[in-house]
Amino acid sequence: MYFLTIDWWFIIGKAILIAAIIGLSFFIAMYTTYAERKVAAWLQDRRGPNRAGPFGILQPLADGGKLFFKEEIIPLASNRLLFVLGPALAMVTALVTSSVIPWAAPFVTKGGEVFPMQVADVDMGILLVFSIVSVGVYGIMIGGWASNNKFSLLAAIRGASQMVSYELPMGLALIAVLFVTGSLKMSAIVGYQIENGWNVLFQPLGFIIFFVCALAECNRTPFDLPEAENELNFGYHQEYSSMKLGFYLFAEYINMFISSAIMATLYFGGYDIPFVNEASWGLSSFWMTFISFSVLMAKISFFIFVFLWIRWTIPRFRYDQLMNLGWKKLIPLALVNMLITAAVILYLKK
Amino acid sequence: MGVTQILFWFLSVVAIFSALMVVTAKNPVYSVLWLIATFFAISGHYILLNAQFLAIVNIIVYAGAIMVLFLFVIMLLNLNKETEPQKNRWLKVAGAVAGGCLLLVLVAALKDADIKSQTALVNTGNIGLIKNLGKELFTTYVVPFEISSILFLSAMVGAVVIGKKE
Repeated sequence: MYFLTIDWWFIIGKAILIAAIIGLSFFIAMYTTYAERKVAAWLQDRRGPNRAGPFGILQPLADGGKLFFKEEIIPLASNRLLFVLGPALAMVTALVTSSVIPWAAPFVTKGGEVFPMQVADVDMGILLVFSIVSVGVYGIMIGGWASNNKFSLLAAIRGASQMVSYELPMGLALIAVLFVTGSLKMSAIVGYQIENGWNVLFQPLGFIIFFVCALAECNRTPFDLPEAENELNFGYHQEYSSMKLGFYLFAEYINMFISSAIMATLYFGGYDIPFVNEASWGLSSFWMTFISFSVLMAKISFFIFVFLWIRWTIPRFRYDQLMNLGWKKLIPLALVNMLITAAVILYLKK
Repeated sequence: MGVTQILFWFLSVVAIFSALMVVTAKNPVYSVLWLIATFFAISGHYILLNAQFLAIVNIIVYAGAIMVLFLFVIMLLNLNKETEPQKNRWLKVAGAVAGGCLLLVLVAALKDADIKSQTALVNTGNIGLIKNLGKELFTTYVVPFEISSILFLSAMVGAVVIGKKE
């Protein structure tokens, strides 16, 4: 019955944090669309959006406004309820994943109260993220099926089988990280890295596997088979219009943001500032929280840039190549990585 | 009534309602979606018992993997309301009788069970946390654990053998 003693300040604090993180996710997703077009333009020697506002920075607002005011079309032959449920599920699962990420160093008030900058530091930590990611398939599947269009259905099935396949090597790569850190808690994983150095130093192969799988889970090029325009018209969201389409596209960008945050947290020390011992600076807690948050955001921005860079550099796989890579290359590689890590840890702890 | 009890009743209602909807829904896709809702409600019960690992694994394995495969098959077969087979009336009667017999057996078995002294302890105990559960599984229960893993391995080998092209 510990639930009964409700600490109202605790609830209000968490509500503010949740609202801030959701707002941040939307903001980042908006400006990732802008960054995507700018990076694409840069890589292709063009200018990119430059009409709305200085350097085109109001372009995402214009796009969003356009999506809101477009006519809403629900195909007659579609399954109305599931047609609406699809994009909603995609959005919700994309947003919920952010709940266990530690966004900054804990904020300590003058009275000595500690506010962790994390919505929930649950014992399951990273496994919770995996469970939500595994449920995230339904947004695509339901939307594709409810559209009652064979291209959408094919794309939905492609997307779902791709995501299920790439979850396995991702989980195996994660197990090696857990061997090193010895905890599933995100805060403990970050704490370990602050003390002992970043995980990417001990797990370079694991990181590469994880990164490739993250690309596949976000349906980004070279794994964007569910949206292959030249084979499937527009993929699983072909029948969608207006803000429902916007939700699907937005969910993809939020997924990119969150998976970048997770990669930074698992392998690149989370909010840790590299090469320095920030505890010796003697800064106030507010500034520590602020600086560590900025450092995490810098790492996330770097990963998002790599996502965009890859998209505009590499062509997409063929479907059989994608499945071959997942099942015949990444899974054995991840298993070998796991066994070697386990053996080394066993040897060191003898 | 405390928060835990409210949550318990809410989750129970959700679980039973969605389980009923699995059986009564005419469209098989709806059945699968209701089954997913049932799994989520059951995971909620696990969390109330502080069995966090079980709750998460239930969602990853059942809601996240097995149900996706179910949905796959149903979507590819394109089963709809129209293709629902019309069952014989006698078959329905036989089903009702068989189900009633099962209920009778369950009631008879549970009637004399000692449940007063063994009520579940809600929100206490930490055996469900991953550290304690792992220690128990790999020390006290290591033999049944390994035997069940061999069972999974044989199932996997069987699937590969069946799926292999000649």
